[in-house]
Amino acid sequence: MNPTLVRWLQAPSIIVLFLWMIVPLSMTVYFSTIRYNLLYPERSGFIGLSNYEYFWTDPSFLPALLNTLILVGSVLAISVVLGLAVSILIDRPFKGRGLVRVMLISPFFIMPTVSALIWKNMMMNPIYGLFAVVSHLFGAEPIDWLSQFPLLSVIIIVSWQWTPFAILIFMTSLQSQDQEQKEAATLDGAGFWAQFWNLTLPHLARPISIVLLIQMIFHLSIFAEIYVTTGGGPGVQSTNLTYLIFTQALQGFDIGVASAGGVFAIILANIVAIFLVRAVGKTLTV
Amino acid sequence: MTDKQIAQFKNRVAVVAAWIVACLFFFPIFWMVLTSFKTELQAIAVPPKLFFEPTLENFTLIQDRTDYTKFAWNSIVTSVGGTLLAMLIAIPSAYAMAFNPGRWTKDILMWMLSTKMLPAVGVLMPIYILSQKLGLLDTKGVLVIIYALINLPIIMLILFNYFREIPKEILEASRMDGTSTYNEITQIVMPLAWGGIASTALLSIVLCWNEAFWSINLTASDAGTLPALVASFSSPEGLFWAKLSAVSTLACAPIVVFGWLCQKQLVQGLTFGAVK
Repeated sequence: MNPTLVRWLQAPSIIVLFLWMIVPLSMTVYFSTIRYNLLYPERSGFIGLSNYEYFWTDPSFLPALLNTLILVGSVLAISVVLGLAVSILIDRPFKGRGLVRVMLISPFFIMPTVSALIWKNMMMNPIYGLFAVVSHLFGAEPIDWLSQFPLLSVIIIVSWQWTPFAILIFMTSLQSQDQEQKEAATLDGAGFWAQFWNLTLPHLARPISIVLLIQMIFHLSIFAEIYVTTGGGPGVQSTNLTYLIFTQALQGFDIGVASAGGVFAIILANIVAIFLVRAVGKTLTV
Repeated sequence: MTDKQIAQFKNRVAVVAAWIVACLFFFPIFWMVLTSFKTELQAIAVPPKLFFEPTLENFTLIQDRTDYTKFAWNSIVTSVGGTLLAMLIAIPSAYAMAFNPGRWTKDILMWMLSTKMLPAVGVLMPIYILSQKLGLLDTKGVLVIIYALINLPIIMLILFNYFREIPKEILEASRMDGTSTYNEITQIVMPLAWGGIASTALLSIVLCWNEAFWSINLTASDAGTLPALVASFSSPEGLFWAKLSAVSTLACAPIVVFGWLCQKQLVQGLTFGAVK
């Protein structure tokens, strides 16, 4: 192909993605420095960093930031540890393995609003939910999960959705592990843990780091699961940054402050993204 | 017991444990499907009913009460439309990059990937206001455009990897024979890349189908997709568990099957090609 044609073919994807990145981004940055509230259209003008100051000093900001970190951290820990355990458990030939795999990864394909509502109603409801029924069986008082432990409830729901993702990735990666090496280790008398620490874990080091980074990107912007279950409450107990910005924008109509929050979220995500892009770049051969 | 017997025993325990874990993970989905065949009273019965006379009334009722087919149609149009638009842009670009890589090709791909990291909430306000000004709020068009844009980086990366796997020698040989670029694409590359293109499209459809943030924020009654319809069941007005389950089962079934079918592409696509 001649170089001109190559350039013409590449141009559309580069141009649309460039526009998609630069137009909304510069608008967000611009909005974040002006007075912009849909309820008070007559107030306008440049106000510097006041929106940021307002966003940072909002009493909900610190709890939301803390909730975001707890949510991301716990889901990461649960899904990676559980994902490792399960994928090693099924990394052996047995009858019905295909079915077990399909059952294990299915939750990942359920849309977020559906999984959140199944858990909210049929599992965690304090009167009719299955958790309540089980605690009655043991003679315990049922727990009203969503109002007593709102953040924990969201963590459970998101972990249920994302552990299958970790299982899927680790399972795929384990299939490329050198089986002869493992057999040789077994013959040499290496036990399960010795093999795990010295063979399996090093083999999974890359997939683990990729899973951590990708989940971090997605979990920083968890929205639907909170939107349909707790609505961020009670109070701000289960509000994360994404949800806080959402409430300021579409419920408080304060575009300026919400944009300042948006810029903050973008910076936070980019810190993670730098590492992810580097990790992926290493595997890309041009 | 000999060592071999111990090993066999351990293996058997692991298999039983694997089944138990799989059943636990799958249980909420099983319960959802089961509940969709109950009446509303059976759905909230305490203790829960495992055996009952199944009814199909929920599936007919949701059509009357929520206009299910409209939302399903919106989901189909936006996810297929967004995927087609993205493929239309991505196929020529990925093709050109894979077969004529330049100095900047890798950097361009990495930059594309980095646009995927932009948190949606960071650009919610501009997109909302832009679509409002353009009269696109609550239309399928705006979702098609956004779905195409948010999936374009992933599609580019997977397609690039697929095209890279086609041996260059075949192309060089055909060029020696004087094949035109058009014939090269239609007769040599496409037949080889077809499987890859189809499964990439499948992955993109799965991602669009489950997308909730933009759908909830940019649409209302006209262009709402299934995730938005399900979200509307979160209102505390009533406990319509059986109907919620019926809607959810219908909304998730096609995509769960799709997901099972394209597991391998999913791994590649979701890890941006870093795990194969």
